[in-house]
Amino acid sequence: MKLAPARRAIGRAATAAALLLIRATCADVLPDDRADLFYSKYSGGGMDITGESVAVRKKFTENFAISGNYFVDKVSGASIDVLSQASQIKDERIQKSATLEFVHDKTTYNATYQTSVERDYRSDTSSVSLKQDMFGDLTTLSLAFANTVDKIGENNGTAFVPVITWLGHASSRSYDIDLSQILTKNLIGGVNFNVITDQGYLANPYRSVRFLDAQNPAKGYSLASQTYPDTRTSTAIQFEAKYFLPYRAAVTGSFRYFRDTWSIVGKTFELDYTHPLSNVWILEGRLRYYTQNHADFYSDLFAFADEYRFEGRDQDLAAQDNYTIGAKATYAFLPNGWKIFKRATVTLDASRITFHYKDFRNIKDFGLPQYQPGTEPLYQFNATVYQVYMSMFF
Amino acid sequence: MRGVRPVLMAGLVLMTAACSNMQPWVKPYERDRLADPIMAWDRDAISSGYLDHIRESREGSRGATGSAGGGCGCN
Repeated sequence: MKLAPARRAIGRAATAAALLLIRATCADVLPDDRADLFYSKYSGGGMDITGESVAVRKKFTENFAISGNYFVDKVSGASIDVLSQASQIKDERIQKSATLEFVHDKTTYNATYQTSVERDYRSDTSSVSLKQDMFGDLTTLSLAFANTVDKIGENNGTAFVPVITWLGHASSRSYDIDLSQILTKNLIGGVNFNVITDQGYLANPYRSVRFLDAQNPAKGYSLASQTYPDTRTSTAIQFEAKYFLPYRAAVTGSFRYFRDTWSIVGKTFELDYTHPLSNVWILEGRLRYYTQNHADFYSDLFAFADEYRFEGRDQDLAAQDNYTIGAKATYAFLPNGWKIFKRATVTLDASRITFHYKDFRNIKDFGLPQYQPGTEPLYQFNATVYQVYMSMFF
Repeated sequence: MRGVRPVLMAGLVLMTAACSNMQPWVKPYERDRLADPIMAWDRDAISSGYLDHIRESREGSRGATGSAGGGCGCN
């Protein structure tokens, strides 16, 4: 069979990984060099977003590596609350990042700079992290800090002739503590804890609140700008466990609890199953369920203009459930290597997400005379996400 | 104060254990299954980062899943 060399290559890779792990009892090591080409497509809720990315990671010595990532998102269309008040949008987001990694004994140090630029938005993030193996390498503790500065604007022109008005800045600080623990020969557990604080212009300029307005008999309501609080602090904790089944397959379960100072409480449940076939394919299936209540200043319809000091009608602040079903297939090729590459994989990933909103109404498709304001059907939509990527290891 | 004492004791034990030459209950040569690529927490960071970015643009929750990238997701 032609697949035999590929199987041997995967077997060699698994042996090498095991040896690296054993070697990690003496000192931590950096993973293999790799290059990734990535393409993605998101369709749903009136939006189409394609993403293209290239990433390279290269070791320069046994304990020093540099990696870079270039990512381009192209957006066409617009979500329902933008379409309810404005025309369609075409935009592009370019994200670049560079990371330095340094390993000393059982500690890995990491520093990353990332910038993301759109015509009407700019985001710069600097982050540092530290990973320490301890207790006979059964435990890995990671600490991370990230500082982000955003500049937020609004395009008052068209997609082709933009007129950008800059509205303000926001800063964000993120603190992470992650703990990964080998529990048995077949079981790993993990806890991730994260706190994020934001300050500045936190509203979405393209979305509006609506309020009952007798002066607008055609619709029965009018739209106005959102007013968000200037600060937000959120806390999230995630518990996860990964188990190697009696046959060669793995199952992962996770639960995340989130709450913030806007009174949003979110819960996420996820279950993944990973199954290799013939040492050439790795198949993966996943289910995810997410639920949240609405922010305390959110309302689908306010009684009158400026009813409260803070008002929002952003759909991601509304009460919602969403369900994801996803599948991923990874195929290993180049078992004997090619030029500088030792092996390679290609992956196809597809996800279907169904969003159900509990207090966000569809005012784009429904309204007077059939539906009085506040009685329109609740909004729901489906989204599909496709990802294709190739990873080459060298 | 009575409730604090066990926490202090546990912390002391952990700190002492971290400094000692502790014997792992899962030996390095018993970790072949854990070293299998299917047991990696995140095999494809770009892919999972992209999915996190999509979710964070549409959900109120964020964090504790790794980095999700920048940008607004305003549209």
